[in-house]
Amino acid sequence: MNETSANPILSVNNIEVIYDHVILVLKGVSLTVPEGGIVALLGANGAGKTTTLKAVSNLLGAERGDVTKGAILFEGEEVQALSPNDLVKRGCIQVMEGRHCFGHLTIEENLLTGAYTRRDGAAAIRQDLDKVYAYFPRLKERRSSQAGYTSGGEQQMCAIGRALMSRPKMILLDEPSMGLAPQLVEEIFEIVKELNRKEGVSFLLAEQNTNVALRYATYGYILESGRIVLDGDAKALRENEDVKEFYLGVGGEGRRSFRNVKHYKRRKRWLA
Amino acid sequence: MEFLIETILSGLMAGVMYSLVALGFVLIFKASGIFNFAQGVMCLFAALTFAGIMEKTGLPWPIAFVMTIGVMVFVAWAVERFVLRHLVNQEPIILFMVTIGLAYVLEGVGDILWGSDVKVLDIGLPSGASDYMLDNFNIYVEKLEVFAALIAAVLVGFLAIFFQKTRIGRALRAVADDHQAALSVGISLQTIWVIVWSVAGFVALVAGTLWGAKSGVQFSLSLIALKALPVLILGGFTSIPGAIVGGLIIGVGEKLAEIYVGPFVGGAIENWFAYMLALAFLLVRPQGLFGERIIERV
Ligand SMILES: Nc1ncnc2c1ncn2[C@@H]1O[C@H](COP(=O)(O)OP(=O)(O)O)[C@@H](O)[C@H]1O
Ligand SMILES: [Mg+2]
Repeated sequence: MNETSANPILSVNNIEVIYDHVILVLKGVSLTVPEGGIVALLGANGAGKTTTLKAVSNLLGAERGDVTKGAILFEGEEVQALSPNDLVKRGCIQVMEGRHCFGHLTIEENLLTGAYTRRDGAAAIRQDLDKVYAYFPRLKERRSSQAGYTSGGEQQMCAIGRALMSRPKMILLDEPSMGLAPQLVEEIFEIVKELNRKEGVSFLLAEQNTNVALRYATYGYILESGRIVLDGDAKALRENEDVKEFYLGVGGEGRRSFRNVKHYKRRKRWLA
Repeated sequence: MEFLIETILSGLMAGVMYSLVALGFVLIFKASGIFNFAQGVMCLFAALTFAGIMEKTGLPWPIAFVMTIGVMVFVAWAVERFVLRHLVNQEPIILFMVTIGLAYVLEGVGDILWGSDVKVLDIGLPSGASDYMLDNFNIYVEKLEVFAALIAAVLVGFLAIFFQKTRIGRALRAVADDHQAALSVGISLQTIWVIVWSVAGFVALVAGTLWGAKSGVQFSLSLIALKALPVLILGGFTSIPGAIVGGLIIGVGEKLAEIYVGPFVGGAIENWFAYMLALAFLLVRPQGLFGERIIERV
C-alpha cells in the first residue's frame, strides 16, 4: 500500500455506491491521499472515477446516488453525513468534469462564487483573487467576459481558480484534460503542480489521460468497472507492462501478433 | 392627444402590476426551475395578511408591513422545508402541480385567518388626481398610480443591485445557471430557495399592497396572476427586464386595444388581448422578447 498513508488527508475505505437504489457502480473502492500529495485515479470511461469523487464531495445525493457501504474520512473524520457546503468549509472542494462554469456570470464573478462559504472579509478575498490571477494570467485578461463565451481552456482555469477561492486543503479534480489541446493540458497540469508545491493543496485527480496524469502524480490507482485493479507509485505504474499496454498505448513491437490473446488474459486476471 | 396619453399612462400603471407579479414568477423560475402557479395567490395572501393584521390589532401600518414580511419569509421557509426539499430532482410537471396545491392552501389559509370579505387597505397612500399634471398638461392621472409606478421602479432597482452586487445575489444567479456547480462550490440550495421564495414573497406583498390600496383586497386579486402568463411569454421566462417590459406592453396594449379596436368588435378586448398577443408571440418569437440566448459551447 501507499507508504505515505501514515498521514492521509483523505482515506476512502471500501465504499460501495448505488444509483437509483439498484445500479451498483462502485464495488468496494479504497484509496488514500497523503497530505500534500497528488494522487491520480485512472480508468476508462465509465469505470467509476467521477462517482468516486462525488462520493467524497457528497455531490452524489443530487444524482440519486448513495454510499451504501464503507467509510470516507477527511482529515481523520467521517464526512459522509456532511453537506457539500460543510465539506467546502472544511477545505475539500470538487472541480467537476466538464468545468461547469456559470455561463452568464463573468469570469471574475465565477471566481467570487468560489469564496461563497468564506467569512474572513472582502480584503482577504480580494487578495486571493489577485493570487488566482497570478497563477492564471489569462483569467485576468478575461475577467469581465461572460464565462460562457470563453474557451475550453479558460473555462478549465476558471473552474480551478474558483475552487482555489475557497482556500481548499484538497481539490478533487475531475478530468481537467478533457477536450483540451495537449499543450494546454500541460499548462494546466504545470499549474496544478505549482499549486500543490506552493500552496500545499492536495489533489485527487481523475483522468483518462494516463500518460499526463502519471507524469504529474506521485501515486496512482487504476479503476475498472468499479474496482481498484492496480495501484502504486506513479513511476512504477508508468513502467508496469499492463499499464503500458492498456493505458499508455505503448505495447512492445514483438507482441503485436498475440496481443489480443494477452489482452484477454490480463483483463480476466484484473477483473477476477 | 391628451386622451391618448391618459390611456397610455393608465395602461402603464396597470402594466406595473403585471410586471411585479411576473417578476415574482421569474425569480423563482430562474433559481429553481419551478413554474410557481401560486405567485398570484401569494400577492393576495400577502395583502390579506397585511390588511388583516392592521384590522385585528390596530397596529400602525409600518409595523404590520414588517410583520407581513415575516409571515412571507415563514411561508418561504415552510415551502422549502416541507415541499421542495422532498421533491428535489422531480420532474418539473410534478413541481408545477405542487404549486397549484400551494395556491389552494394559501387561499384557504388566508380565508380562514382573515375572512373572505373585501378589505380596505388604507395606509395613507396619496389618492385623487394629480393636480400638477392636470394643471400643466391637462392630463388626468391618479396620484396613487404614479406612486405605485415609483414604488415598483424603486423595488426593481433595489433588486437589480441586490442581484448584481451582493454575495447572495451572485449565488442566486449561480444557482440559476448551474445547480450542480453551485452545490460544488458550497452554495446551499436550500438556503438559496428560502431566500428566493422570500424575495418573491416580498415582491408579492408590494404588488398586493399597491393593488389592494387601489381596489380593495379581495379574492379576485389572485386573478391578475393569470395575466402574468402572457407577460412571461412576451418577456421570456428567465428575464427580469423581460418581465417588466412585457408587463408594461401588455398593460398599455390592452388599454389601447380596448379603446381603439374595441368598438369594432363589440368591446371587452381587455380580457383577452394579452392572450392573443402572447399567442402571436409564441408563433413568431417563442423565446420571448428578452428570452436568453442559450450559450452553448463545446
Ligand atoms: N446518475 C447516474 N445514474 C445511474 N448511473 C450512473 C449515474 N452516473 C453514472 N452512472 C454509471 O456509473 C458508471 C460509472 O460512471 P462514472 O463514475 O461517471 O465513470 P467515469 O467518471 O470513470 O467515466 C457508469 O456505468 C455510468 O453509466
Ligand atoms: Mg467521469
